[in-house]
Amino acid sequence: MSSITKTDILIIGAGPVGLFAVFELGLLDLKCHLIDILDRPGGQCAELYPEKPIYDIPAWPSISAQGLVDKLMQQIEPFGPAFTFNRMVSGVEKLGDGSFRVTTDESEVFEAKAIVIAAGGGSFQPKRPPIPGIEEYEGKSVFYSVRRMEDFRGHDLLIVGGGDSALDWTLNLQPLARRLTLVHRRAEFRASPDSVNRMFALHEKEQIGFQMGQVTGLKGENGELRAAMVKGPHGDVEIPCTRMLPFFGLTMKLGPIADWGLNRHENLLPVDTEKFQTSEPGIFAVGDINWYPGKLKLILSGFHEVALMAQAAKRYISPGERIVFQYTTSSTSLQKKLGVAG
Amino acid sequence: MTKITYIAFDGTPFEVDAENGSTVMENAIKKGVPGIEAECGGACACATCHVYVDEEWTGVVGEPEPMEEDMLDFAFDVRPNSRLSCQIKVRDELDGLVVRVPERQG
Ligand SMILES: Cc1cc2nc3c(=O)[nH]c(=O)nc-3n(C[C@H](O)[C@H](O)[C@H](O)COP(=O)(O)OP(=O)(O)OC[C@H]3O[C@@H](n4cnc5c(N)ncnc54)[C@H](O)[C@@H]3O)c2cc1C
Ligand code: FES
Repeated sequence: MSSITKTDILIIGAGPVGLFAVFELGLLDLKCHLIDILDRPGGQCAELYPEKPIYDIPAWPSISAQGLVDKLMQQIEPFGPAFTFNRMVSGVEKLGDGSFRVTTDESEVFEAKAIVIAAGGGSFQPKRPPIPGIEEYEGKSVFYSVRRMEDFRGHDLLIVGGGDSALDWTLNLQPLARRLTLVHRRAEFRASPDSVNRMFALHEKEQIGFQMGQVTGLKGENGELRAAMVKGPHGDVEIPCTRMLPFFGLTMKLGPIADWGLNRHENLLPVDTEKFQTSEPGIFAVGDINWYPGKLKLILSGFHEVALMAQAAKRYISPGERIVFQYTTSSTSLQKKLGVAG
Repeated sequence: MTKITYIAFDGTPFEVDAENGSTVMENAIKKGVPGIEAECGGACACATCHVYVDEEWTGVVGEPEPMEEDMLDFAFDVRPNSRLSCQIKVRDELDGLVVRVPERQG
């Protein structure tokens, strides 16, 4: 069995609100470990609109979403948070002593004294392309990610998309596949120019096929794919294939959080506005994922929520310990934690 | 005010008087045109506000920017007259514009 990672607070989701929670919890001496299915911090800000300016962050008349994430990372650095990326939190279980055991989709195990769910609009998951009937092939011959490259050896593989994932897997799986065809709507690609050049080089040597067009239908039986119909610039073509990897970007889905036995308000977790605690003591919810009367899905509101939540988490972990209210401007003890004490 | 007509996939027309400077997507959402989802709220980040611009209007409406073209990769049944409606700003020249809603959004 793999080893267990221990921490004070496990934060599910490294969006802006999860990141700022590290700061407020850190001031109360709580160490944080964050898990996110994305490969980097920032949640929606990093994934959906990194270059867009945000105009309602107090004291920042305008800041790009990625700029905000970078500043948050800088601000929480003194607290040395640990990050685990590319992992979905799949299970949360309460232990007898009131602490929690958390597991990921790759079976890693974490133990924490309290849990903060900062899961935003849910975990980012691959988008299902709008191809009629694709559901029946999913998990059998249509996959949205590559877990083991070996699974594609000897197959007639169709890769659909024009971004980095599509191109990277085209380059990586070409040596294994019996035949590989890349399908993309147009001749321009969103992927890095280097990958695009390497792909065209393979195409020139006839080691891969490239078909311009959009997949409109699938043929096969019992989930086993036989061919894909592609609408190209010169009409419909049928491309024989036994495996398909469509890369159509990411969308947010609530995901496993729905199975943890917490009360829900549609796809949100109701909390009180003093502790921001869910229906399970010791599990807190902040940011876009929570709900209370008057809730606004704003970064600003999430920042406020984590400040109050941190106090409640501290009390949950160390009942009876006195929490002294202090300002960062004047408290030498807080400044020591921030590494700025003179 | 600029008149815009949306034709839903089932053929039902929806007419709006749109304010200049607003987007074709925003007016569709306000009017409740079925089939325009606009999940990302107009950030050109979801491709669920896809429309077909009536052939007579494509010249006036213009071509998508590269960022929109990238996002169109995620839409369903993209055609030469496809646009993301959140990226079309309403202006005087668009008075009378007709756009059609596709069978489904990405
Ligand atoms: C286009 C756009 C423009 C916006 N403009 C503004 C604005 O101007 N001002 C403003 O205040 N707000 C704005 N917002 C909203 C703002 O981005 C959100 O309020 C904010 O991102 C919420 O932060 P969060 O940390 O709660 O969640 P998110 O940013 O959604 O991050 C949650 C993270 O949790 C991860 N996660 C969820 N479940 C799991 C799981 N089970 N396992 C692992 N990881 C998981 C997700 O992958 C995600 O990375 C905008 C949003 C969009 C889409
Ligand atoms: S509303 Fe999301 S791309 Fe237009």
